[in-house]
Amino acid sequence: MNARRETLRGWGFAAPALIWTALLFVVPFAVMGAMSLAVLDGRTLIWGLHFDNYAALTEKAYLLRAIFVSLEITVTVTVVSILLAYPLAWVIAFHVPPRWQRLVLLLTILPFWTSYVVRSYAWLLVLAREGVVNTALTGLGLTAEPVTLASTRFATVTGFVHFFVMLLTLTIYANLIQLSPNYRRAAMDLGASAFQTFRHVILPLTLPGIMTGAFLTFVLCIGDYITPQILGGNNELTVPQVIMVQLGRRADFPLASALAIVLMAIVTLAYLGFARWLRLDRV
Amino acid sequence: MMRLLPWLYLAAMFTFIYLPVGVLVLFSFQDGGLPVPPVEGLSLRWYADILTDRRLVDALTNSLIVAISSGAVAVVLGFCAAYALARHVLPGAALLRGLLIAPLTVSYLIVGLGLLMVMNRLGIGLSLWTAGIGHVVINLPICFAIIYASMGAQHKNAERAARDLGANEAQVVLLVTVPMLAPAILAAFFLSVTLSWDEFIIAFLLTRFDVTLPVEIWNLLRSGLSPRLNAVGSIVFLVSVTTVLVLELLVFRRRRS
Repeated sequence: MNARRETLRGWGFAAPALIWTALLFVVPFAVMGAMSLAVLDGRTLIWGLHFDNYAALTEKAYLLRAIFVSLEITVTVTVVSILLAYPLAWVIAFHVPPRWQRLVLLLTILPFWTSYVVRSYAWLLVLAREGVVNTALTGLGLTAEPVTLASTRFATVTGFVHFFVMLLTLTIYANLIQLSPNYRRAAMDLGASAFQTFRHVILPLTLPGIMTGAFLTFVLCIGDYITPQILGGNNELTVPQVIMVQLGRRADFPLASALAIVLMAIVTLAYLGFARWLRLDRV
Repeated sequence: MMRLLPWLYLAAMFTFIYLPVGVLVLFSFQDGGLPVPPVEGLSLRWYADILTDRRLVDALTNSLIVAISSGAVAVVLGFCAAYALARHVLPGAALLRGLLIAPLTVSYLIVGLGLLMVMNRLGIGLSLWTAGIGHVVINLPICFAIIYASMGAQHKNAERAARDLGANEAQVVLLVTVPMLAPAILAAFFLSVTLSWDEFIIAFLLTRFDVTLPVEIWNLLRSGLSPRLNAVGSIVFLVSVTTVLVLELLVFRRRRS
Protein backbone atom coordinates (compact mmCIF):
# COMPACT_ATOMS: atom_id res chain seq x y z
CA MET A 1 0.00 0.00 0.00
CA ASN A 2 1.42 3.40 -0.84
CA ALA A 3 2.16 5.99 1.78
CA ARG A 4 -0.18 8.62 0.36
CA ARG A 5 -3.22 6.43 0.67
CA GLU A 6 -2.14 5.46 4.15
CA THR A 7 -1.91 9.12 5.22
CA LEU A 8 -5.26 9.88 3.61
CA ARG A 9 -6.85 7.07 5.59
CA GLY A 10 -5.29 8.50 8.75
CA TRP A 11 -6.91 11.86 8.03
CA GLY A 12 -10.19 10.06 7.50
CA PHE A 13 -10.07 8.59 10.99
CA ALA A 14 -8.91 11.82 12.62
CA ALA A 15 -11.32 14.10 10.74
CA PRO A 16 -14.53 13.67 12.79
CA ALA A 17 -12.87 14.48 16.12
CA LEU A 18 -10.82 17.32 14.63
CA ILE A 19 -13.85 18.90 12.93
CA TRP A 20 -15.89 18.48 16.12
CA THR A 21 -13.23 20.20 18.24
CA ALA A 22 -12.66 22.94 15.68
CA LEU A 23 -16.35 23.77 15.17
CA LEU A 24 -17.59 23.33 18.73
CA PHE A 25 -14.60 24.38 20.77
CA VAL A 26 -12.25 26.60 18.74
CA VAL A 27 -14.99 28.57 16.95
CA PRO A 28 -17.00 29.27 20.16
CA PHE A 29 -13.78 30.31 21.81
CA ALA A 30 -13.00 32.74 18.99
CA VAL A 31 -16.57 34.08 19.15
CA MET A 32 -16.09 34.64 22.87
CA GLY A 33 -12.85 36.50 22.20
CA ALA A 34 -14.54 38.73 19.63
CA MET A 35 -17.53 39.19 21.94
CA SER A 36 -15.26 40.43 24.73
CA LEU A 37 -14.25 43.28 22.39
CA ALA A 38 -17.82 44.21 21.51
CA VAL A 39 -20.01 46.56 23.52
CA LEU A 40 -23.65 46.59 24.44
CA ASP A 41 -25.56 49.77 23.58
CA GLY A 42 -28.88 49.35 25.25
CA ARG A 43 -29.88 45.99 23.84
CA THR A 44 -27.97 46.18 20.58
CA LEU A 45 -24.61 44.58 20.18
CA ILE A 46 -21.87 46.63 18.54
CA TRP A 47 -18.95 44.56 17.27
CA GLY A 48 -15.50 46.03 16.89
CA LEU A 49 -12.29 46.58 18.77
CA HIS A 50 -13.63 48.17 21.94
CA PHE A 51 -11.73 47.69 25.16
CA ASP A 52 -14.57 49.04 27.32
CA ASN A 53 -15.18 45.68 28.97
CA TYR A 54 -11.56 45.31 30.02
CA ALA A 55 -11.44 48.93 31.13
CA ALA A 56 -14.53 48.26 33.25
CA LEU A 57 -12.50 45.73 35.24
CA THR A 58 -10.39 48.52 36.65
CA GLU A 59 -13.19 51.05 36.89
CA LYS A 60 -15.95 49.07 38.51
CA ALA A 61 -15.05 48.10 42.05
CA TYR A 62 -17.30 45.03 42.20
CA LEU A 63 -15.52 43.39 39.26
CA LEU A 64 -12.08 43.87 40.76
CA ARG A 65 -13.46 42.71 44.10
CA ALA A 66 -14.75 39.49 42.48
CA ILE A 67 -11.29 38.71 41.11
CA PHE A 68 -9.76 39.17 44.57
CA VAL A 69 -12.48 37.09 46.25
CA SER A 70 -11.93 34.30 43.71
CA LEU A 71 -8.18 34.37 44.22
CA GLU A 72 -8.45 34.46 48.02
CA ILE A 73 -10.86 31.54 48.12
CA THR A 74 -8.84 29.52 45.60
CA VAL A 75 -5.51 30.04 47.38
CA THR A 76 -7.04 29.24 50.79
CA VAL A 77 -8.68 26.10 49.44
CA THR A 78 -5.49 24.92 47.72
CA VAL A 79 -3.30 25.42 50.81
CA VAL A 80 -5.77 23.88 53.30
CA SER A 81 -6.42 20.93 50.97
CA ILE A 82 -2.69 20.18 50.66
CA LEU A 83 -2.21 20.37 54.43
CA LEU A 84 -5.07 17.93 55.03
CA ALA A 85 -4.37 15.60 52.11
CA TYR A 86 -0.64 15.08 52.62
CA PRO A 87 -0.91 13.32 56.01
CA LEU A 88 -3.85 11.30 54.71
CA ALA A 89 -1.90 10.11 51.66
CA TRP A 90 1.02 9.39 54.00
CA VAL A 91 -1.08 7.23 56.35
CA ILE A 92 -2.51 5.29 53.40
CA ALA A 93 0.90 4.79 51.77
CA PHE A 94 2.94 3.90 54.88
CA HIS A 95 0.58 2.68 57.60
CA VAL A 96 -2.21 0.85 55.82
CA PRO A 97 -1.07 -2.70 54.86
CA PRO A 98 -0.33 -2.86 51.10
CA ARG A 99 -3.12 -5.31 50.31
CA TRP A 100 -5.72 -2.93 51.75
CA GLN A 101 -4.32 0.24 50.22
CA ARG A 102 -6.25 0.05 46.98
CA LEU A 103 -9.54 -0.41 48.81
CA VAL A 104 -8.85 2.39 51.30
CA LEU A 105 -7.87 4.71 48.45
CA LEU A 106 -11.01 3.80 46.50
CA LEU A 107 -13.13 4.56 49.58
CA THR A 108 -11.29 7.83 50.14
CA ILE A 109 -12.17 9.17 46.72
CA LEU A 110 -15.61 7.58 46.27
CA PRO A 111 -17.61 10.73 47.22
CA PHE A 112 -15.48 12.59 44.65
CA TRP A 113 -17.86 11.16 42.06
CA THR A 114 -20.83 13.22 43.14
CA SER A 115 -22.32 16.09 41.25
CA TYR A 116 -21.15 19.51 42.44
CA VAL A 117 -24.80 20.38 43.00
CA VAL A 118 -25.54 17.37 45.18
CA ARG A 119 -22.31 17.71 47.16
CA SER A 120 -22.91 21.40 47.83
CA TYR A 121 -26.49 20.69 48.87
CA ALA A 122 -25.24 17.99 51.25
CA TRP A 123 -22.87 20.49 52.88
CA LEU A 124 -25.72 22.94 53.17
CA LEU A 125 -27.58 20.30 55.21
CA VAL A 126 -24.55 19.75 57.43
CA LEU A 127 -23.92 23.45 58.02
CA ALA A 128 -27.51 24.74 58.15
CA ARG A 129 -28.81 26.57 61.21
CA GLU A 130 -30.74 23.49 62.31
CA GLY A 131 -28.16 21.16 60.75
CA VAL A 132 -26.03 18.38 62.17
CA VAL A 133 -23.08 20.52 63.22
CA ASN A 134 -25.18 23.09 65.04
CA THR A 135 -27.28 20.39 66.70
CA ALA A 136 -24.08 18.74 67.93
CA LEU A 137 -22.58 22.04 69.13
CA THR A 138 -25.64 23.14 71.10
CA GLY A 139 -26.29 19.57 72.28
CA LEU A 140 -22.81 19.37 73.75
CA GLY A 141 -23.31 22.78 75.30
CA LEU A 142 -20.41 24.29 73.37
CA THR A 143 -22.52 27.14 72.08
CA ALA A 144 -25.78 28.50 73.45
CA GLU A 145 -27.08 29.68 70.08
CA PRO A 146 -26.66 28.03 66.66
CA VAL A 147 -23.66 29.44 64.79
CA THR A 148 -24.12 30.89 61.31
CA LEU A 149 -22.13 28.52 59.09
CA ALA A 150 -24.08 28.41 55.85
CA SER A 151 -23.97 31.36 53.44
CA THR A 152 -20.47 32.28 54.51
CA ARG A 153 -17.05 32.02 52.94
CA PHE A 154 -16.29 29.33 55.51
CA ALA A 155 -19.02 27.16 53.95
CA THR A 156 -17.68 27.70 50.42
CA VAL A 157 -14.14 26.83 51.50
CA THR A 158 -15.34 23.74 53.40
CA GLY A 159 -17.28 22.48 50.40
CA PHE A 160 -14.29 22.99 48.10
CA VAL A 161 -11.74 21.53 50.54
CA HIS A 162 -13.87 18.40 50.91
CA PHE A 163 -13.73 17.87 47.15
CA PHE A 164 -10.07 18.69 46.61
CA VAL A 165 -8.72 16.76 49.60
CA MET A 166 -9.86 13.64 47.74
CA LEU A 167 -8.16 14.74 44.51
CA LEU A 168 -4.90 15.73 46.23
CA THR A 169 -4.78 12.55 48.30
CA LEU A 170 -4.82 10.65 45.03
CA THR A 171 -2.00 12.61 43.36
CA ILE A 172 0.18 12.71 46.49
CA TYR A 173 -0.38 9.01 47.22
CA ALA A 174 0.61 8.14 43.62
CA ASN A 175 3.83 10.05 44.21
CA LEU A 176 4.61 8.68 47.70
CA ILE A 177 4.15 5.07 46.66
CA GLN A 178 6.78 5.43 43.91
CA LEU A 179 9.49 6.49 46.40
CA SER A 180 12.01 3.82 47.14
CA PRO A 181 12.33 3.21 50.92
CA ASN A 182 16.09 3.37 50.34
CA TYR A 183 16.01 7.19 50.24
CA ARG A 184 14.60 7.29 53.72
CA ARG A 185 17.05 4.66 54.98
CA ALA A 186 20.01 6.46 53.42
CA ALA A 187 19.03 9.77 55.03
CA MET A 188 18.56 8.08 58.41
CA ASP A 189 21.91 6.28 58.08
CA LEU A 190 23.60 9.57 57.40
CA GLY A 191 22.27 10.86 60.70
CA ALA A 192 19.21 12.85 59.64
CA SER A 193 16.40 13.10 62.15
CA ALA A 194 12.90 12.02 61.12
CA PHE A 195 11.98 15.65 60.50
CA GLN A 196 15.13 16.39 58.51
CA THR A 197 14.53 13.31 56.38
CA PHE A 198 11.05 14.52 55.62
CA ARG A 199 12.01 18.14 55.04
CA HIS A 200 15.08 17.54 52.86
CA VAL A 201 14.40 14.20 51.20
CA ILE A 202 10.76 13.11 51.09
CA LEU A 203 9.10 16.50 50.64
CA PRO A 204 11.21 17.58 47.63
CA LEU A 205 10.65 14.19 46.01
CA THR A 206 6.88 14.44 46.41
CA LEU A 207 6.70 18.01 45.13
CA PRO A 208 5.50 16.88 41.66
CA GLY A 209 2.52 15.06 43.21
CA ILE A 210 1.66 18.03 45.40
CA MET A 211 1.99 20.54 42.58
CA THR A 212 0.02 18.49 40.05
CA GLY A 213 -2.85 18.19 42.54
CA ALA A 214 -2.50 21.84 43.53
CA PHE A 215 -2.69 22.99 39.92
CA LEU A 216 -5.80 20.91 39.23
CA THR A 217 -7.32 22.26 42.45
CA PHE A 218 -6.54 25.83 41.44
CA VAL A 219 -8.03 25.45 37.97
CA LEU A 220 -11.20 23.62 39.00
CA CYS A 221 -11.76 25.80 42.06
CA ILE A 222 -11.44 29.19 40.40
CA GLY A 223 -13.76 28.18 37.55
CA ASP A 224 -16.57 26.71 39.66
CA TYR A 225 -19.88 28.50 39.92
CA ILE A 226 -22.12 26.18 41.86
CA THR A 227 -20.20 25.70 45.14
CA PRO A 228 -19.92 29.41 46.03
CA GLN A 229 -23.44 30.00 44.71
CA ILE A 230 -25.05 27.35 46.95
CA LEU A 231 -22.79 27.58 50.00
CA GLY A 232 -21.48 31.15 49.96
CA GLY A 233 -24.76 32.98 49.71
CA ASN A 234 -24.70 36.34 48.01
CA ASN A 235 -22.56 38.27 50.48
CA GLU A 236 -19.57 38.19 48.17
CA LEU A 237 -19.37 37.05 44.56
CA THR A 238 -16.66 35.11 42.77
CA VAL A 239 -15.79 35.66 39.10
CA PRO A 240 -17.95 32.76 37.81
CA GLN A 241 -20.89 34.11 39.84
CA VAL A 242 -20.43 37.59 38.36
CA ILE A 243 -20.30 36.03 34.86
CA MET A 244 -23.61 34.28 35.51
CA VAL A 245 -25.16 37.51 36.83
CA GLN A 246 -24.17 39.27 33.57
CA LEU A 247 -25.83 36.51 31.54
CA GLY A 248 -28.98 36.28 33.61
CA ARG A 249 -30.03 39.73 34.56
CA ARG A 250 -28.70 41.87 31.75
CA ALA A 251 -27.75 39.46 28.96
CA ASP A 252 -24.46 41.35 28.85
CA PHE A 253 -22.53 38.80 26.83
CA PRO A 254 -19.59 41.16 26.07
CA LEU A 255 -18.76 41.75 29.74
CA ALA A 256 -19.31 38.08 30.57
CA SER A 257 -16.89 37.14 27.78
CA ALA A 258 -14.26 39.59 28.97
CA LEU A 259 -14.51 38.14 32.48
CA ALA A 260 -14.18 34.63 31.06
CA ILE A 261 -11.03 35.69 29.20
CA VAL A 262 -9.64 37.17 32.41
CA LEU A 263 -10.38 33.88 34.18
CA MET A 264 -8.48 32.06 31.44
CA ALA A 265 -5.56 34.47 31.74
CA ILE A 266 -5.36 33.77 35.49
CA VAL A 267 -5.36 30.01 34.85
CA THR A 268 -2.64 30.41 32.20
CA LEU A 269 -0.50 32.41 34.63
CA ALA A 270 -1.05 29.72 37.24
CA TYR A 271 0.00 27.09 34.72
CA LEU A 272 3.23 28.97 34.00
CA GLY A 273 3.85 29.25 37.73
CA PHE A 274 3.25 25.53 38.32
CA ALA A 275 4.80 24.32 35.04
CA ARG A 276 8.23 23.36 36.32
CA TRP A 277 6.73 20.80 38.71
CA LEU A 278 3.89 19.48 36.62
CA ARG A 279 3.92 15.82 35.60
CA LEU A 280 0.35 15.58 34.37
CA ASP A 281 1.06 12.45 32.34
CA ARG A 282 2.28 10.58 35.41
CA VAL A 283 -0.89 10.81 37.44
CA MET B 1 -0.59 7.28 71.65
CA MET B 2 1.88 7.97 68.83
CA ARG B 3 1.08 4.57 67.34
CA LEU B 4 -2.60 5.42 67.28
CA LEU B 5 -2.17 8.85 65.75
CA PRO B 6 -2.17 7.75 62.07
CA TRP B 7 -5.34 5.74 62.59
CA LEU B 8 -7.05 8.56 64.43
CA TYR B 9 -6.20 10.87 61.54
CA LEU B 10 -7.52 8.36 59.02
CA ALA B 11 -10.74 8.05 61.03
CA ALA B 12 -11.10 11.83 61.33
CA MET B 13 -10.60 12.36 57.59
CA PHE B 14 -13.04 9.59 56.71
CA THR B 15 -15.59 11.27 58.97
CA PHE B 16 -15.01 14.55 57.13
CA ILE B 17 -15.21 12.89 53.70
CA TYR B 18 -18.33 10.87 54.45
CA LEU B 19 -20.16 13.39 56.65
CA PRO B 20 -22.08 15.17 53.87
CA VAL B 21 -22.86 11.96 51.98
CA GLY B 22 -23.97 10.27 55.21
CA VAL B 23 -26.24 13.15 56.17
CA LEU B 24 -27.65 13.30 52.65
CA VAL B 25 -28.57 9.61 52.57
CA LEU B 26 -29.68 9.35 56.22
CA PHE B 27 -32.17 12.21 55.98
CA SER B 28 -33.53 10.96 52.67
CA PHE B 29 -35.25 8.35 54.89
CA GLN B 30 -36.55 11.06 57.21
CA ASP B 31 -40.21 10.58 58.06
CA GLY B 32 -40.67 14.26 58.96
CA GLY B 33 -40.77 17.22 56.60
CA LEU B 34 -37.29 18.61 57.20
CA PRO B 35 -33.95 16.93 56.46
CA VAL B 36 -32.39 18.03 59.76
CA PRO B 37 -32.06 16.39 63.19
CA PRO B 38 -33.78 14.80 64.94
CA VAL B 39 -34.55 11.78 62.77
CA GLU B 40 -38.28 11.31 63.20
CA GLY B 41 -38.44 7.71 62.10
CA LEU B 42 -37.44 6.04 58.87
CA SER B 43 -39.61 5.81 55.80
CA LEU B 44 -39.38 5.54 52.04
CA ARG B 45 -42.11 8.11 51.47
CA TRP B 46 -39.79 10.65 49.77
CA TYR B 47 -38.55 8.07 47.31
CA ALA B 48 -42.16 7.18 46.50
CA ASP B 49 -42.84 10.89 46.25
CA ILE B 50 -40.18 11.57 43.61
CA LEU B 51 -41.16 8.51 41.57
CA THR B 52 -44.62 10.02 41.10
CA ASP B 53 -43.18 13.44 40.23
CA ARG B 54 -43.29 13.77 36.45
CA ARG B 55 -40.67 16.53 36.27
CA LEU B 56 -38.10 14.64 38.33
CA VAL B 57 -38.62 11.34 36.53
CA ASP B 58 -38.33 13.18 33.20
CA ALA B 59 -35.14 14.93 34.34
CA LEU B 60 -33.70 11.59 35.45
CA THR B 61 -34.50 9.99 32.09
CA ASN B 62 -33.07 13.02 30.25
CA SER B 63 -29.86 12.78 32.25
CA LEU B 64 -29.47 9.09 31.44
CA ILE B 65 -30.10 9.68 27.73
CA VAL B 66 -27.66 12.61 27.56
CA ALA B 67 -24.98 10.79 29.58
CA ILE B 68 -25.10 7.54 27.61
CA SER B 69 -25.42 9.07 24.15
CA SER B 70 -22.83 11.80 24.69
CA GLY B 71 -20.50 9.21 26.22
CA ALA B 72 -20.96 6.95 23.18
CA VAL B 73 -20.27 9.76 20.69
CA ALA B 74 -17.23 10.97 22.65
CA VAL B 75 -15.77 7.47 22.86
CA VAL B 76 -16.25 6.75 19.12
CA LEU B 77 -14.74 10.10 18.07
CA GLY B 78 -11.95 9.73 20.61
CA PHE B 79 -11.16 6.19 19.48
CA CYS B 80 -10.99 7.11 15.78
CA ALA B 81 -8.73 10.09 16.49
CA ALA B 82 -6.47 7.99 18.73
CA TYR B 83 -6.28 5.28 16.06
CA ALA B 84 -5.41 7.85 13.41
CA LEU B 85 -2.70 9.52 15.46
CA ALA B 86 -1.16 6.36 16.92
CA ARG B 87 -1.16 4.28 13.72
CA HIS B 88 -0.69 6.76 10.89
CA VAL B 89 2.01 9.31 10.21
CA LEU B 90 0.20 12.63 9.94
CA PRO B 91 1.90 15.97 9.35
CA GLY B 92 1.65 18.22 12.42
CA ALA B 93 0.66 15.33 14.69
CA ALA B 94 1.82 17.11 17.84
CA LEU B 95 -0.33 20.11 16.99
CA LEU B 96 -3.35 17.89 16.30
CA ARG B 97 -2.91 16.14 19.67
CA GLY B 98 -2.71 19.55 21.31
CA LEU B 99 -5.90 20.68 19.60
CA LEU B 100 -7.79 17.56 20.69
CA ILE B 101 -6.63 17.91 24.32
CA ALA B 102 -7.21 21.69 24.48
CA PRO B 103 -10.80 21.67 25.85
CA LEU B 104 -9.47 19.95 29.01
CA THR B 105 -7.56 23.08 29.96
CA VAL B 106 -10.60 25.35 29.89
CA SER B 107 -13.22 25.50 32.63
CA TYR B 108 -16.69 24.09 31.93
CA LEU B 109 -18.25 27.52 32.39
CA ILE B 110 -16.19 28.91 29.50
CA VAL B 111 -16.96 25.95 27.21
CA GLY B 112 -20.66 26.41 27.98
CA LEU B 113 -20.56 30.17 27.53
CA GLY B 114 -18.84 29.92 24.14
CA LEU B 115 -21.30 27.32 22.87
CA LEU B 116 -24.24 29.34 24.16
CA MET B 117 -23.17 32.37 22.15
CA VAL B 118 -22.66 30.30 18.99
CA MET B 119 -26.07 28.65 19.37
CA ASN B 120 -27.67 32.06 19.92
CA ARG B 121 -26.06 33.55 16.83
CA LEU B 122 -27.01 30.59 14.65
CA GLY B 123 -30.52 30.69 16.04
CA ILE B 124 -30.33 27.08 17.25
CA GLY B 125 -32.80 26.50 20.06
CA LEU B 126 -31.51 25.13 23.35
CA SER B 127 -32.45 21.53 24.11
CA LEU B 128 -31.03 18.27 25.40
CA TRP B 129 -29.20 18.07 22.07
CA THR B 130 -27.19 21.21 22.75
CA ALA B 131 -26.37 20.02 26.29
CA GLY B 132 -25.28 16.66 24.83
CA ILE B 133 -23.04 18.44 22.30
CA GLY B 134 -21.45 20.38 25.15
CA HIS B 135 -20.80 17.17 27.06
CA VAL B 136 -19.14 15.57 24.03
CA VAL B 137 -16.86 18.62 23.76
CA ILE B 138 -15.61 18.16 27.34
CA ASN B 139 -15.43 14.34 27.25
CA LEU B 140 -13.83 13.86 23.83
CA PRO B 141 -10.35 14.95 25.06
CA ILE B 142 -10.57 12.53 27.99
CA CYS B 143 -11.60 9.62 25.75
CA PHE B 144 -8.89 10.47 23.25
CA ALA B 145 -6.19 10.71 25.93
CA ILE B 146 -7.13 7.44 27.67
CA ILE B 147 -7.38 5.41 24.45
CA TYR B 148 -4.32 7.01 22.83
CA ALA B 149 -2.21 6.23 25.92
CA SER B 150 -3.16 2.56 25.75
CA MET B 151 -2.35 2.09 22.05
CA GLY B 152 1.06 0.52 22.55
CA ALA B 153 3.34 -0.89 19.86
CA GLN B 154 2.55 -4.49 20.90
CA HIS B 155 -0.95 -4.08 19.45
CA LYS B 156 0.47 -2.86 16.18
CA ASN B 157 1.94 -6.27 15.37
CA ALA B 158 -1.39 -8.01 15.83
CA GLU B 159 -2.96 -5.50 13.44
CA ARG B 160 -0.19 -6.09 10.90
CA ALA B 161 -0.67 -9.84 11.18
CA ALA B 162 -4.41 -9.49 10.57
CA ARG B 163 -3.73 -7.31 7.54
CA ASP B 164 -1.24 -9.88 6.16
CA LEU B 165 -3.90 -12.54 6.56
CA GLY B 166 -6.16 -10.52 4.28
CA ALA B 167 -8.33 -8.49 6.67
CA ASN B 168 -9.46 -5.14 5.31
CA GLU B 169 -9.17 -1.91 7.32
CA ALA B 170 -12.66 -2.13 8.84
CA GLN B 171 -12.07 -5.74 9.89
CA VAL B 172 -8.72 -4.86 11.44
CA VAL B 173 -10.25 -2.04 13.49
CA LEU B 174 -13.41 -3.83 14.57
CA LEU B 175 -12.08 -7.37 15.06
CA VAL B 176 -8.54 -6.72 16.28
CA THR B 177 -7.96 -3.20 17.60
CA VAL B 178 -11.26 -2.64 19.42
CA PRO B 179 -11.25 -5.97 21.32
CA MET B 180 -7.60 -5.50 22.32
CA LEU B 181 -8.31 -2.02 23.66
CA ALA B 182 -11.63 -2.93 25.27
CA PRO B 183 -10.51 -2.04 28.84
CA ALA B 184 -9.40 1.45 27.82
CA ILE B 185 -12.48 2.01 25.65
CA LEU B 186 -14.81 0.94 28.47
CA ALA B 187 -12.91 3.06 30.99
CA ALA B 188 -13.24 6.10 28.72
CA PHE B 189 -16.94 5.42 28.20
CA PHE B 190 -17.83 4.98 31.88
CA LEU B 191 -15.79 8.01 32.86
CA SER B 192 -17.60 10.12 30.25
CA VAL B 193 -20.98 8.85 31.41
CA THR B 194 -20.21 9.73 35.05
CA LEU B 195 -18.89 13.18 34.19
CA SER B 196 -21.90 13.96 32.00
CA TRP B 197 -24.35 12.59 34.58
CA ASP B 198 -22.89 14.86 37.28
CA GLU B 199 -22.29 17.92 35.13
CA PHE B 200 -24.23 21.07 35.96
CA ILE B 201 -23.06 24.33 34.41
CA ILE B 202 -22.99 23.32 30.72
CA ALA B 203 -26.34 21.58 31.08
CA PHE B 204 -27.70 24.67 32.85
CA LEU B 205 -26.53 27.07 30.14
CA LEU B 206 -27.46 24.91 27.17
CA THR B 207 -30.91 23.55 28.06
CA ARG B 208 -34.21 25.33 28.34
CA PHE B 209 -37.44 23.37 28.88
CA ASP B 210 -36.22 19.79 29.12
CA VAL B 211 -33.45 19.75 31.68
CA THR B 212 -31.08 17.21 33.20
CA LEU B 213 -31.25 16.06 36.81
CA PRO B 214 -28.55 18.34 38.31
CA VAL B 215 -30.33 21.35 36.75
CA GLU B 216 -33.70 20.21 38.11
CA ILE B 217 -32.13 19.74 41.57
CA TRP B 218 -30.79 23.27 41.32
CA ASN B 219 -34.29 24.53 40.47
CA LEU B 220 -35.76 22.71 43.47
CA LEU B 221 -33.02 24.04 45.74
CA ARG B 222 -34.44 27.53 45.49
CA SER B 223 -37.37 26.47 47.65
CA GLY B 224 -35.01 25.35 50.41
CA LEU B 225 -34.02 22.13 52.15
CA SER B 226 -36.34 19.17 51.75
CA PRO B 227 -36.07 15.40 52.27
CA ARG B 228 -37.21 15.05 48.65
CA LEU B 229 -33.98 16.70 47.52
CA ASN B 230 -32.10 14.27 49.76
CA ALA B 231 -33.81 11.37 48.04
CA VAL B 232 -32.98 12.67 44.54
CA GLY B 233 -29.44 13.52 45.61
CA SER B 234 -28.98 10.02 47.02
CA ILE B 235 -30.11 8.53 43.71
CA VAL B 236 -27.67 10.74 41.77
CA PHE B 237 -24.87 9.70 44.13
CA LEU B 238 -25.82 6.03 43.89
CA VAL B 239 -25.75 6.05 40.07
CA SER B 240 -22.34 7.81 39.97
CA VAL B 241 -20.85 5.44 42.52
CA THR B 242 -22.25 2.38 40.74
CA THR B 243 -20.68 3.53 37.47
CA VAL B 244 -17.32 4.10 39.15
CA LEU B 245 -17.44 0.72 40.89
CA VAL B 246 -18.36 -1.04 37.64
CA LEU B 247 -15.40 0.73 36.05
CA GLU B 248 -13.10 -0.39 38.87
CA LEU B 249 -14.28 -4.01 38.86
CA LEU B 250 -14.66 -4.48 35.12
CA VAL B 251 -11.68 -2.60 33.82
CA PHE B 252 -8.95 -2.41 36.40
CA ARG B 253 -9.41 -5.85 37.94
CA ARG B 254 -9.18 -7.45 34.53
CA ARG B 255 -6.10 -5.53 33.61
CA ARG B 256 -4.33 -6.72 36.75
CA SER B 257 -5.08 -10.43 36.33
